[in-house]
Parts: sequence; C-alpha cells; structure tokens
Amino acid sequence: MKQTISVLVENRAGALNKITGLFSKRAFNIDSLAVGVTDDPTLSRITIIVDSGNSVVEQVEKQLNKLVDVVKVRTLSEHSMIGRELMLIKVSATTTTRPDIMTICNVCGAKVLDITPSTVTIEIVNTPDLIRSFEEMMRPYGIMETARTGMVALQRGANKI
Amino acid sequence: MPNMTGSQIFVQSLINEGVDQVFGYAGATICSLMDEMKLASDRINYTLVRQEQNAGHMASGYARITGKTGVCMVTSGPGATNLITGIATAYLDSIPMVAVTGQVPTYLLGRDIFQEVDIIGAVTPFIKHTYLVRDAAMIPQIVKEAFYIASTGRPGPVLIDFPQNIQAQEVKDPVFPESVHIRGYNPSIKGNTKQLSHVVRAISEAKRPVICAGGGVFLAHAEEELKEFAHRMQIPVVTTMMGLSLLDTDDPLNMGMIGKFGNRSANKAMVKADLMIMIGMRVADRAIMEPAEVKKRLTTIHIDVDSAEIGKNMEANIPLVGNAKLILEQLMEKCEPYDTSEWREFLKDYRETELTRDFPEHPGVSPQRFMRALGRQLKEGAVVCADVGQNQIWACQHLFMHGIRFMTSGGLGTMGYSIPAAIGAKIADPGRQSVVINGDGSFQMSMNELAAIRAGQLDVKIVIIRNHVLGLVHQSQVLPPYHGSYGVELDGDPDLHVLISAYGIKSMALHDESDMEDKIREFLNTDGAAVLIVDVDAMCATTE
Repeated sequence: MKQTISVLVENRAGALNKITGLFSKRAFNIDSLAVGVTDDPTLSRITIIVDSGNSVVEQVEKQLNKLVDVVKVRTLSEHSMIGRELMLIKVSATTTTRPDIMTICNVCGAKVLDITPSTVTIEIVNTPDLIRSFEEMMRPYGIMETARTGMVALQRGANKI
Repeated sequence: MPNMTGSQIFVQSLINEGVDQVFGYAGATICSLMDEMKLASDRINYTLVRQEQNAGHMASGYARITGKTGVCMVTSGPGATNLITGIATAYLDSIPMVAVTGQVPTYLLGRDIFQEVDIIGAVTPFIKHTYLVRDAAMIPQIVKEAFYIASTGRPGPVLIDFPQNIQAQEVKDPVFPESVHIRGYNPSIKGNTKQLSHVVRAISEAKRPVICAGGGVFLAHAEEELKEFAHRMQIPVVTTMMGLSLLDTDDPLNMGMIGKFGNRSANKAMVKADLMIMIGMRVADRAIMEPAEVKKRLTTIHIDVDSAEIGKNMEANIPLVGNAKLILEQLMEKCEPYDTSEWREFLKDYRETELTRDFPEHPGVSPQRFMRALGRQLKEGAVVCADVGQNQIWACQHLFMHGIRFMTSGGLGTMGYSIPAAIGAKIADPGRQSVVINGDGSFQMSMNELAAIRAGQLDVKIVIIRNHVLGLVHQSQVLPPYHGSYGVELDGDPDLHVLISAYGIKSMALHDESDMEDKIREFLNTDGAAVLIVDVDAMCATTE
C-alpha cells in the first residue's frame, strides 16, 4: 500500500543525507521523495511515498522521529491530503500528430511549454496516478524523455502537521 | 573577555561539561586543539592510545563506569576512519560518547587533500548525531548540544568534526550557553499513566511472570530499582548479555542469561513463563531467537526509552515508553506484591542444576570451571570486561558474579574491546578491581594497549583463554554443514610470556586445574598489572 509521509526537518547541510541514509540502512523502499524549503526558512519539508505495510510505515515514522534534525513527522492518509506532482515530458510530434497531442493536453489540463518541428515539451501537474495515465496517452506518439518532481502534499482542511 | 581561538573555546566547553578525561591520538589536524589540551592538563587528563579504535573503547569503558559521557579525540583521515569501529560499538550498546575528529580546513573540504575523509558521511548510519563546526562562535552551543544528546534519552555517540582553520579562528566574547533547547529532540522520560495501569494489571494477573532486563537498566542507572522491584514482587529475573551482573549469580531470583548462548535455566524460565516484562532491551536475535514464537506463547510488556525499539523486532502486548528508573519507581508505587512461590519453586531446580552441573573432560583447564572459580575470588565492586568469542560466552554463562559489574561488546561484538574498555574503567575508578577476560585471538587485536597500561601504571588484570584458534568460529566449522576448521588456527603466535614481559608486565600460566584456585589468587593479588594465560583445549565448545 502506498503511503505518504510528510517530514519537517532542519534546513541545514547534511539533514537530507541523514534521512535518505536511514531509508537505505533500514531497507525501506522509497517510491518518491520531494524536498523544498517551507515558509519558515529554517525548515524544509520532505514528502516521501513508501510502498509498504502499516507496521513498516510505523517503524519508518519512529526511526525518522529519532533523528535530531527531524522536527515533525506525519503519515498522511489518502483521503486526508492533497498531493500534487509535476512532470515535464518531451514527445515526438509531426504536423499530423501535433493536433491530437494538443487535444489530449487540453483535456488533461497539461500545458505546452516548448515546441519544435519534431517535438513538443509539456508540463502536467496532477496526482501521481493521473500523471501516469497522461504518460500512457503520450506513449504511442513517442516519449523522448521525462522528468518528475515526486509528489508534494499537505493535509486537507485547516489542520497542519 | 579577550578574544578566544576555536580550540580555546572548545577546551573551555569541555571543562564546562565536567570533562576530566580524554582518550586520543594526536595528528596534523588537531595540533592546535592538542596544544590547548596541554595547557588544560591540570583539569583534563589525557590518555594516549596505540590505535584510534581503542580511544572509542576506552571512552566506552569510562562512560559505563562513571555514568558520564566518554570523550575521545583523534585526527582527520585515517585517525577518524580507525575510530569508526569504536563509534559503531558504542552506538550498538547505546554508550554516551562524544567523539572529536580533526578535519582539513573548511576552504579545502571536498578536494581530497592529505588526510581528508568525509567522516560524517561514513558514520551517519550508526551514530546518534553529528556536527561539522563551520564557525568557532558556534562551538559552545555545539558542544553543549552534543553532550546533551549523547547522554539523554537513549544514550549514544555524537561526533564533532572540527576543521583546522576553525580551531585557529578567533572569536570576540564567545557566549557559553547554560542550557540548550533542540526542537527536534525531546526524549520521553516518564511512562504514560494509562499504559502504566495496563502494565500493573498484567503483572497482577500473571501466574508465572519473569522480568527480562537488558543494558538499558544500567544506562538509566536503575540497577537498585530493578533489584528492589524484583525482590519486593518476588519475580524471577533473566537478563540479556548486556544486562548481566544486574543481579548476583547467587541471588535466588536470578535465572541467568537468555538466548542462543544463554543459560538453560534462563531459557527455561522464558519458555514456561506466562508474562515477560522486558526492561531496557531490544529483542535482538541472539537474545530472543524466535520473536514470533514468544509472542504466540506469552504476554509481553516492553519498557524502553526508545519507542522505535518497541515493535521493531517483536510486537509487544503492552508497550511502555520511558526511562527505566522512573518507570520502575512508578511500578513500585502501584504494584501489589503477590505469591509467586510455586513458580519460583518450579524454577529453582533448573537454576541449581545449571549452577552445579559439571562439564566434559578435555586436556588442560575447563573454561567453565575456571569462570566459576575466578568469579568467587573477585573483589566486591570489581569491573570485568569480557571480549568477544568463546571467552565471552563462557564468562557470560559461568562467571560467578557477586557485587561486580560485567561489561562486554554485546551489540556489535567487537573483538579487541575488552582491554581498552577495562583501561577506561580503571581510569574511571582506580579503586575498583579491573579484570579482562579474553581469548588469544582477541588479545592480539588490542595487545598494543599494554603500552597504555604500562604508561599509566594501571592495575589491570588480564586473563587469556588460550586455545590457539578463533574458537567460536572453529566450533561451528567442525560441525556440518561445514567441512572442518579453516582460517582460524592462530599460527605464528608469539611467545606471549616474552611479549608481555617486554612491557614489564608479569605473566603467569595455568596449564591444568590442580592448582587453579591458588594460581587465580596469586594472579589477582599481584601488585599492578598481570596476565594469566589459561590453556584450554581447542575442542572445548560453548555448547557443552
């Protein structure tokens, strides 16, 4: 089961290394990891998706809590959070296929960022699942390369971690 | 206040933390720091080791006896990498330690210059916390935090990587904080009241309760509380390797050590119990071989200061996070003593059999009988450091412990731990008898520290169980599915008596048991350091 762990850490050199090191040491698998500074410049937020059972996630949470640089840890359930990921995707496009690609982009709320006689580069922001569907839609046209950020997430409603 | 250099601020910070002993090895990147250590030598004693790993082990032995944080100080590069095993050993046994490593100047970091190594990157997986000092003005804060983190909650090692140019950096009016607040670090102390009431009920309902005590009881300084709780409730006690000597061997409640290499009586108590109260232990594989089986058969209470230990290797029925000392005090207020006589009576025979059973005859000395005899002659308050291997297992199973403190590298199983740890213990409390038990393999891993014993004129007594093989590996190699002994014969051994006498230390030999008691007495009564070499047959196994 995929679970999302949101971690607030001290924004200083080496903190990220301690967290990723913990995942490799304890043999926890990371599906995706996104990191960035928060509104408080002394804190970074790391959003981690793990594909594991509840007991493993509980252990991950406890081990993260033990790190001195970790200020807060919260596992977010799927219905209690809003999660978004960004993907950039470069697709082969000819004069014949380009209109179809543009139509799919419009339907999916994706944006064309760059265009050449033989390619289009598209930005899509959505949940990891919808991004995967979009990628599948693009596959027949010829995906040249993609870059994804990993999902970031916040709790729904007025709560914060 | 005049300007102070980083090194001056650092040494002042150590003094402020009450540090009176540092173990170390000098080198190019800590010249400035060592110079300040020299100027402070009337406040802080310095012990030179012969290899950096042993600075870690000495600091560990010192910490385990004083209850204070041990300090070691080495240079960058190879000095730091040699210390790694010392750090990992302390981490696995949760020993409070501050390790200081020199580092190349900050403006050269990352360029692979002479004796540069990313020591923080190397030790991160097995250390409680690390600091790289980038500004000398931050030193008082960093040192204060390092000692606070190392010694509180579940103790452990903390590393401070201290670049050469920061040691020389001058700071105007440095500020030394009185206390620290770290927002990501709030160790739990007192037990949750609701969980505590579940514990009290489970204990009151149990017919065959057993306490299983680990090294966490020592770390929480809860030795007296454990003894008092067990005696007031009349609950039998088993221990892990790290919990050995919490109760005397002849304490009627003590059932011995559990696990793969444990006492039969202790394992029996665990199998027959209906409730196990685990205190300050981490359910590691050597102690609890089949956690799933234990979970199925009996109710478990798991008390530990580190919540991550509870449920890591075994789900406990009743988890309770907190400091062992405070929780035992809380339990003593709430638990009503009850009648456990039938259960104790049942266990009594197993314990007596274990303590009096004899062993198969082999040429030379029986290591099991030797441990019983040695223990009987130790002084009250003695510190015994066992190494790793057969010598350790025999000591754990059969050393008669009465009023002594037993220490070993239980978690990492680091060969060569015992001599430096005993040195650290001796320096910590010179009035206590300090005895090493090791094998001829482990002795040769840290025999270079005979020099530290000589230099400090330290009265450390060293037993070498000599069987000319790496025994614990040898005893499994000679059984199926393996094809016999390989790579474990200690060919090329020196004449140990000559080697030891070269350090001006007296050595004695025990070839058989005819004069065992007298030889042990003579050995223990020798003025100053002495070594007793005990001849044991290579086919003698810990499973006997």
